[in-house]
Amino acid sequence: MDKPFAITLDAGSSLANKTGSWRTERPLYLNSLPPCNDACPAGENIQGWLYEAEEGQYQRAWQLLVADNPFPAIMGRVCYHPCQTACNRAQLDQPVGINSVERFLGDVALQEGWQLPVEAVDSGKRVLVVGAGPSGLSAAYHLRRAGHHVVIHDAGPKSGGMMRFGIPSYRLPRDILDAEIQRILDAGVELHLDSPVTDVMAAKAEGGFDAVFVAVGAQVGKRAYVPAGESAKILDAVSLLRDMEGQQAPRLGRRVVVYGGGNTAMDAARTAKRLGAEEAIVVYRRTRDRMPAHDVEVQEALEEGVLIRWLSTIKDVDAGSMTVERMELDDSGFPQPTGEFEELEADSLVLALGQDTDLSLMQDVDGIEISDGVVHVDEGMMTGAEGIFAGGDMVPSERTVTVAVGHGKQAARNIDGWLRGIPFEHAPRPPLATFDRLNTWYYTDAPKTVRPTLDSARRVSTFDEVKQGLDEQTAVYEARRCLSCGNCFGCDNCFGVCPDNAVLKLPRGSAEGDNGRDYAFDLDYCKGCGICVSECPSGAIIMIPEA
Amino acid sequence: MHSLFGNAAAVATGVFAAMRAKGRDTRVVAQAGDGGTVDIGLGPLSGMFERNDDVLFICYDNEAYMNTGVQRSGATPPAARTATTQAVGEHPGNVFGQGKDLPRIAMAHEIPYVATATVADLRDLEAKVEKAMAIRGARYIHVLVPCPLGWGSASKDTILLARLAQQSGLFPVFEAEFGEVTAVLPIRRRVPVTEYLQPQKRYAHLFGQTPDTETIERIQAQADRNLSRYHIDEVEI
Ligand SMILES: Cc1ncc(C[n+]2csc(CCOP(=O)(O)OP(=O)(O)O)c2C)c(N)n1
Ligand SMILES: [Mg+2]
Repeated sequence: MDKPFAITLDAGSSLANKTGSWRTERPLYLNSLPPCNDACPAGENIQGWLYEAEEGQYQRAWQLLVADNPFPAIMGRVCYHPCQTACNRAQLDQPVGINSVERFLGDVALQEGWQLPVEAVDSGKRVLVVGAGPSGLSAAYHLRRAGHHVVIHDAGPKSGGMMRFGIPSYRLPRDILDAEIQRILDAGVELHLDSPVTDVMAAKAEGGFDAVFVAVGAQVGKRAYVPAGESAKILDAVSLLRDMEGQQAPRLGRRVVVYGGGNTAMDAARTAKRLGAEEAIVVYRRTRDRMPAHDVEVQEALEEGVLIRWLSTIKDVDAGSMTVERMELDDSGFPQPTGEFEELEADSLVLALGQDTDLSLMQDVDGIEISDGVVHVDEGMMTGAEGIFAGGDMVPSERTVTVAVGHGKQAARNIDGWLRGIPFEHAPRPPLATFDRLNTWYYTDAPKTVRPTLDSARRVSTFDEVKQGLDEQTAVYEARRCLSCGNCFGCDNCFGVCPDNAVLKLPRGSAEGDNGRDYAFDLDYCKGCGICVSECPSGAIIMIPEA
Repeated sequence: MHSLFGNAAAVATGVFAAMRAKGRDTRVVAQAGDGGTVDIGLGPLSGMFERNDDVLFICYDNEAYMNTGVQRSGATPPAARTATTQAVGEHPGNVFGQGKDLPRIAMAHEIPYVATATVADLRDLEAKVEKAMAIRGARYIHVLVPCPLGWGSASKDTILLARLAQQSGLFPVFEAEFGEVTAVLPIRRRVPVTEYLQPQKRYAHLFGQTPDTETIERIQAQADRNLSRYHIDEVEI
């Protein structure tokens, strides 16, 4: 060594001291799965599009969103947002108002006239989609994006399925619905209305289709047997909501009873109020906590003056009145009759007891298995018959618009794989970004923006949209509340806290670091202390043992 | 310029005087550890303050003589175990009532700027350095830097401990101009001192089978006193 006594390093720099040699563990940037993305039935990359939205990049945010779901404006109105239930921010203050931001992006896209991109090369394959509901339209869109020629057949006079004939316009205005469907058609999807498919195999052969996706939904209102006098007025909720789309509004009378406890029951009761009923009473055999209707819907119904009788069943109905029996929950939570009866004055009874499917179009097809009114499909959403796929309300699952949209996407990917002879495979799921992996110190406290709601006195009389959208400023604020769970958002914290300057900042957007991040570790100097891991707000760095 | 242990202030003063004599306006910054600042270097530093020499002096306080093997310094807090303040028998580690609070000593010199900071808030530290560099005369910044080896804590908890020192009230983060406190960093999430002490092995003797509640209470009282002395606000969140 040519240095003077006791001097090991040149003055002015300690770079010769490679502290990386002390290391037994090393940090790694890792993208893990945010709980919102994990919970989304349509498989949206929510964290990803919130990140773009918070930067004001609305079009990029929207493009990322529609890569998974072509209906942001509809979702922003009707989705029950399981993403918000799963949101880690709920453990800090309140969940991010994801649904409001989605609606904002959806509405901006409609105002600006942004179109859905179709870039794939024509595959030369033809796919028939039966049913123009959320599932069928979603499948058609994704198949079109994959380069296939898609033809939709729907039995009804208008497209949208349950989005039109099951969801009242005060929740989903029809101009929004029409515009988002039209955008799919503009992308090159062919739609035939009033053209029911009665035999799926025949339709496939006739049209020269290579594959079929069946998504005819569950549109038949269940008719439980209730003893009724001749002049009693009984109708089912599905028909009621469907008739709302016709020329003549249905007549229900002054006092309307709705039987059932699901979302459709709430929609029917709220619709009855808007049609002029002085009283709309929901009769449900169990208690509120056991009600299948979503909390927001029950809440909004109650605010509008809908009455709910818990623990009650309807024994019989006559003109102008009906008999109700009080129930009691037994030890296992099942309602049991008590023998106590009561008269209830009512002009009509609306049954909202669930929906059945009409699957006659595929009843006799070899290999297709139908039981309990639903069609069985494999993991790739294919029925027992080669090339016949199915999804939405007609296969076993939760029946919501978002689930149906997710089915459409899943089916499209699998159909595409099947057509190309390369079976579709899910990308491996990264680990879940749980709350305990975050360092919440770095997030300032900011409660959720509440969407303005139409005054309840005004909303019972109109079919105007109840929930209004957020303005741009609040939408951006809301997007900024996202904790970016499990994904680097470029905050520079690791860069700042590293005691060895071993975090290198690469040009923004260069994505040359680990797992596509804009940072990298200089392993000559990283001594594996783990401070970057502890201080990463979003839990996007992990320690791994040195090989 | 790498000076010797303990004479950073003297060297900085000399550099400043020499540059002034040559008619050059060179800004001078001196850096030292707590041992070099509050003990062996205190004389020259006090002189530098008194003359109001145009030097920014930064002390990195890890609360002991660390690179020689964890010996007590005048900045070692009460009850902390060091190689020279062992916790054996009835001795609780470093004694109460001794030591030097250098930010307050600096303030007593009524110099233009004194500030404290921790490595847990880099933006705060950066802002204070920038502010100090915009001021002429003697300036002093005292930065709390946890030492994993000397404190017996996990390396990954280094920033966390600095944060807890501030959030418990034990280490007040403030600015003072000409002897008066002018700004104080509020506490966002107040924690009891135990949350800060417990992860450190130098306080392990307080948390044995029978916790030394009396000593813990005395430390808590110090934190409480800082809150009233510096008027530290607790921000409701
Ligand atoms: C004049 C002189 N006396 C003693 C020493 C031995 N010595 C070197 S570093 C040190 C302790 C330094 O403590 P501190 O200033 O707190 O810095 P730290 O190591 O804790 O960062 C001592 C006593 C020395 N180098 N020079
Ligand atoms: Mg020291």
